Amino acid sequence: MDIKTEVTDGVSVLFIREDRLDANNSEELKVELRRFYESGTKDLVIDLKEIHFIDSSGLGVLVSGYKNASTSHGTLKLSNLQSQVKSMFELTRLHRVFDIFTSVDDALQSYR
Amino acid sequence: MKNDIDIDITIPSHTRYLRMVGKIGEKVAQEIDCPEGIRETLSSQLAIVLTEGLVNAIKHANSADPDKEIHVRINVSNKNLVVRIYDNGVGFDLDAVPSPSFASGEIEDKGRGIFILRSLMDTVRYTRSDDGNVLEMRKNLP
Repeated sequence: MDIKTEVTDGVSVLFIREDRLDANNSEELKVELRRFYESGTKDLVIDLKEIHFIDSSGLGVLVSGYKNASTSHGTLKLSNLQSQVKSMFELTRLHRVFDIFTSVDDALQSYR
Repeated sequence: MKNDIDIDITIPSHTRYLRMVGKIGEKVAQEIDCPEGIRETLSSQLAIVLTEGLVNAIKHANSADPDKEIHVRINVSNKNLVVRIYDNGVGFDLDAVPSPSFASGEIEDKGRGIFILRSLMDTVRYTRSDDGNVLEMRKNLP
């Protein structure tokens, strides 16, 4: 999985450079998120701008990351949800669980 | 214009084919004779329904055995859209799959696939037999 990581003001931003987050590739992200929180990262933003398709496996990995964050007393926020991804979040009511922002800047702003 | 499409796909039981089958589903839905807005929604829904149904067949029914095959049929008529996904594995009990909890303290990272199928399709049925199993999903067309 192609992921670019940046750190701004102590917040890590993961840019997922794939067009799908599904059962074929989501396990890699799951491992990556667990690794982040186990290594001491507290605050993470995942930017989903390039993801145009997500399935229940992809949703599950984001939930898994959210639970890793909670266990570490950290946060996991999401930015730039595209329309299919937004629909899937609403269908499964996960839009009420995650803090979702329209841009990375807005997500970073929420930490200031 | 009459809707009369019948597509048959056979793939190895592996998630690498999810993208391809999803794209085929999108293309099929784009040919359905109905208002454009509905067609776009159906296209997106068919892609996710195929993906979720296939993942169930690959992971649960076929126990992630890549030597097994999965057969997909997509039928479009004037009345409805029918997707059938055939596996020849041990199968699973559809009725035993609970809906995911929506209580914020209890969110699970698994279990949304069948819920998604039931939400997007009008009927979802899984039939097991010695010759193989089939997940059949129907959606009525406007």
